[in-house]
Amino acid sequence: MAVSHSEVKHVAELARLTVSDARLDELAAELNGILVHMDVLARLDTSGLSAPSPAPGCTHLRSDSSGPIPLMAPREAFAPSIREGFFTVPRLATHEVTEAADAAGPTP
Amino acid sequence: MKSEDFRALHAAAISARVAAGTLDPAEVVAASFARAKEVGAGREELNLVLWSDEKVAQADAVSVKKGMGPRGGGGSLAGVPMAVKDNIATLGLPTTCASRILAGYVSPFEATAITRLRMEGAIVVAKTNMDEFAMGSSTENSAYGPAHNPHDVRLVTGGSSGGSAAAVASGIVPIALGSETGGSVRQPAAFCGVVGVKPTYGRVSRYGLVAFASSLDHIGAFARNVDDAALVMETISGIDPRDSTSANIPVAKYREQFVSMATTPTPLDGITVGVAGEYFPEMLGTDMRRLCDRALDLLRSLGAKVVSVSMPHTSLAIPVYYIIAPAEASSNLARFDGVRYGMRRSGSASLREMFGDTRSDGFGPEVTRRILLGTYVLSAGYYDAYYRKAQSVRTLIADDFTRVFAGTCDVLFTPTTPTTAFPIGQITDPYEMYMSDIFTATANLAGVPAMSLPIGRSNGMPAGGQIIASHFCEDKMFRVAYALEAALGGEAHQ
Repeated sequence: MAVSHSEVKHVAELARLTVSDARLDELAAELNGILVHMDVLARLDTSGLSAPSPAPGCTHLRSDSSGPIPLMAPREAFAPSIREGFFTVPRLATHEVTEAADAAGPTP
Repeated sequence: MKSEDFRALHAAAISARVAAGTLDPAEVVAASFARAKEVGAGREELNLVLWSDEKVAQADAVSVKKGMGPRGGGGSLAGVPMAVKDNIATLGLPTTCASRILAGYVSPFEATAITRLRMEGAIVVAKTNMDEFAMGSSTENSAYGPAHNPHDVRLVTGGSSGGSAAAVASGIVPIALGSETGGSVRQPAAFCGVVGVKPTYGRVSRYGLVAFASSLDHIGAFARNVDDAALVMETISGIDPRDSTSANIPVAKYREQFVSMATTPTPLDGITVGVAGEYFPEMLGTDMRRLCDRALDLLRSLGAKVVSVSMPHTSLAIPVYYIIAPAEASSNLARFDGVRYGMRRSGSASLREMFGDTRSDGFGPEVTRRILLGTYVLSAGYYDAYYRKAQSVRTLIADDFTRVFAGTCDVLFTPTTPTTAFPIGQITDPYEMYMSDIFTATANLAGVPAMSLPIGRSNGMPAGGQIIASHFCEDKMFRVAYALEAALGGEAHQ
């Protein structure tokens, strides 16, 4: 199952990574160079097997309730952009940009 | 304090003298910083340390001395300087994961393991270099450049916790924390000639460890001897309500057994050590085989019974690991998107463009490669062929351990790595680099505890022997390691 250029591009979009067309060759070759070693798994009969627990019996469920987040510094100390307690980001899409909206600043 | 006097002190000895009032923590911290300067731990030389601040460490030393800590000045690690891998959150100190995307990030909370060590009086003196987001086996994938092995600066430290391993090996600190997903504590421990421990999955809280692959991630410890490694693991182990994968199983006092062992000629009576041929393949070097044989002879002389066992799925660990780990990483690293913390690329026209630009600028080549690989194996059409298949084969690998430990074996003995440290820049093929983890990734996939300790030298470089035990049987693992270390004596470093 060789990875094609278009699949690299598609996967990069899914992963929210910007990959230039110039790098697609290199990345496809790298991924194929790794995935060829995974072919050995396809030859194994694994019918009836499921994923194991990393350490049997250790995982416990906690109560379905929230508590305070133990942050010792305000969000302003580490957020790239914040206003009135909200993280601010660029507009969702470029077609929404208008002069009026720009004047209003980032949307919370 | 003279440099050689400081380097001769192990953590347990430092805390005993601090508690007795015969050693000032400030003096210990000063000696640690002096040693870091002496060996050239900074960016321009060995490049082991990403952050350190003597004023901050000295303020902590004053607190320990004055007994201002919750346990007073007499904790089990009172005044002990420690280094911490830079993917473990330390309150008020940088935590960058050696990545541009977290450059300048200062953690607003602290990992449970760090809090527990501080409660016992340990002092953080350095955050250490590592492969970016712990993705690597050489500490060459750091955004801040490669770390250099203190035994030979032309060689790698191993990775991904290379800075922590080398900081212990070069005598800057007696103990350090690292993290493991496929061998990132044991492999650099072997390359640098120190002890490295990976606990059972669930034994140590991962709260505050920046997530890479959640079903494989562990916090582990480095030390110059088994006793100090056991001391650190006793301190950081145990259930933590903030990590739902931490186990509610009592933690043994690993070190108590060492006292009686010291007076017994055959301290491993009743212990059966398994040796699996799959961990001794044809490609294993003659020197490594010879050192392992010597260690096995010593184990026999200590009273252990050595038996041959079969672990038939060992060779599948790397293909399985490099499907599951990138898959989980692609999900975990989705949080680094320039919105809540870390860097943000400015000038993007839209939210989606900002995500892509920030992540592509912020992540290095290996992290990008693994995110793409992980996203691919989870994507429609490939999930069953890769991810589901790998999870099934993971069961076969785990069953190998279950069968061996349910039978006659108490522990397994293997080489930690196929080779000793290799030259910086030598391995450029990603899969060839992944093969560095061939003897260590199995324990992460099965969740069993494992540790590496020095067993000698090959071509002048340290070699590690690995001891693997059953789930939550760290006490047996430490028992065998302690006896072997004592029997090797100075030979462990020759």
